Amino acid sequence: MSSEEFVAWQGAYNNIWRSFLRWLSNSLTLGEMELRRIRHDPTDIFTRAVQPVLWLLVFGETFTKIRAIPTGGVPYIAFMTPGILSQSVMFISIFYGLNLIWDRDQGIVQKFLALPVPRSAFVVGRTMGAMVRGLSQALIILFLALVLRIPIHWSLLSVIGTMGVVMLGSAFFSSFSMILASLMRTRERFMGIGQVLTMPLFFASSAIYPISIMPGWLQVVAKINPLSYVVEILRALLVTNDYTNIFIYLGILLGAIALSIVIGTKLYPRLAQ
Amino acid sequence: MKENNSLMIKAENLSKHFGPTKAVDGISFEIREGELFGLLGPNGAGKTTTVRMIATLILPTSGKIEVNGFTLPRQAAIVRNFIGYVPQALSSDGSLTGYENLLIFAKLVGLRKKEREQRIQELIGLMGIEDSVHKLVKEYSGGMVRKLEIAQALLHHPKVLLLDEPTVGLDPVARHSVWDVLEALRKNYDVTVLLTTHYMEEAEALCDQLAIMDHGKIVAVGTPQELKSQTGTSNLEEAFIALTGHGTEEGGNFYELRRVRRMARRLQ
Repeated sequence: MSSEEFVAWQGAYNNIWRSFLRWLSNSLTLGEMELRRIRHDPTDIFTRAVQPVLWLLVFGETFTKIRAIPTGGVPYIAFMTPGILSQSVMFISIFYGLNLIWDRDQGIVQKFLALPVPRSAFVVGRTMGAMVRGLSQALIILFLALVLRIPIHWSLLSVIGTMGVVMLGSAFFSSFSMILASLMRTRERFMGIGQVLTMPLFFASSAIYPISIMPGWLQVVAKINPLSYVVEILRALLVTNDYTNIFIYLGILLGAIALSIVIGTKLYPRLAQ
Repeated sequence: MKENNSLMIKAENLSKHFGPTKAVDGISFEIREGELFGLLGPNGAGKTTTVRMIATLILPTSGKIEVNGFTLPRQAAIVRNFIGYVPQALSSDGSLTGYENLLIFAKLVGLRKKEREQRIQELIGLMGIEDSVHKLVKEYSGGMVRKLEIAQALLHHPKVLLLDEPTVGLDPVARHSVWDVLEALRKNYDVTVLLTTHYMEEAEALCDQLAIMDHGKIVAVGTPQELKSQTGTSNLEEAFIALTGHGTEEGGNFYELRRVRRMARRLQ
């Protein structure tokens, strides 16, 4: 390599590195904005905790008594705890795009899009905010499990692992939600599609019963559904300690996140139209 | 107004169609550096669509835009470095404080810590919003939100400031305070301003150059004085009617009216 070539190469390398740092700093700043919003008004986080608490207390306690679902020898309430945690993370995250539509109606999205900031930073930054919201659910439900003495597996790995997986689940469903928001663009249409999707995603997953007892066609749906993978990893960590397929599941989840962020970035500028 | 300055914005035969609607229909205009250029016209004339195309938010159907010598939409990422855009809706984040709104923007445009603080304080001073920077923006009056937004748009020293109906829905006192800010900007900074308005007094009080827009077309361009003498009228209102055949209060559809009313309610 001649010295000119080296200088040119070094210049290109520095440029890429600088753009990457700028992108990272932009994403973190947008994440920070989401956190500041939560800090000014955290009520949302607590009201969101009501539903999973009801699932565990009412549905969980009752179904544990009737023993209708094969759980492989674990008490039903322990079996469903990872499922309810996953569900509550999905419910919060899938409506995350509503913030985007709200911001669009107020012109906030448009104003940000006119800034010299890479488009992907908008999606990644908001995804970071959603991950923190998801984390709050993990803490509330783990705390509840402790208080109710639900017999789940407690260890440093299971607690930290749970938090990590919950963040990944939030990342997927919130970026998926941003895709929906970019396509729908109005609150009415977005709420419609959100309502239509949440229940099927929940029931066609292994959240409250194992995939093996579903009819064949539903098993297929459940295996495509990323929620199932969130549930399976959490169940491995908190209940079964069976880590056989855990890296495959993690890989699928990470792939789904990457794909939805790429699509989300592509569609995000549509919000300005 | 400064004469013989270099060209900052140039639009050539610019069009934007939404389905069968020709929102902007083949307009051309030039804005020189340091000018305060106004697009005057009723709701639905295509002013907002024009500004959004220059703000890199929507793609033209046809025609050409150049900003500071760079072509849109191809060089949009470069152009974003020297435009500041304030949309028509109140776009500061109501759930954050004024200071936080400025801080987030300052970080996003890449100002370093020391420069950031200095720039934020400078703009807070220019806008005269010192007393309320640490209050949540949802407690601000309409005029204050507008000033905060203009400050946000100015953080990165843009060459062009794009203001879409900056005083719509504001009461007369707040409107004058926004005008004062724009006058101060013109005196202290070399920023070129493109604003849209459907208020005659605003166009007359502020603009060096005016383009009168109606049904997606520009029907006349000139200084307020030129437009009046060209039509042989004594005020801009009459000049406007002479050029378009109607006043600015007509036009606009149900949705636009509803949006403006809603915003006016938020501002009170």
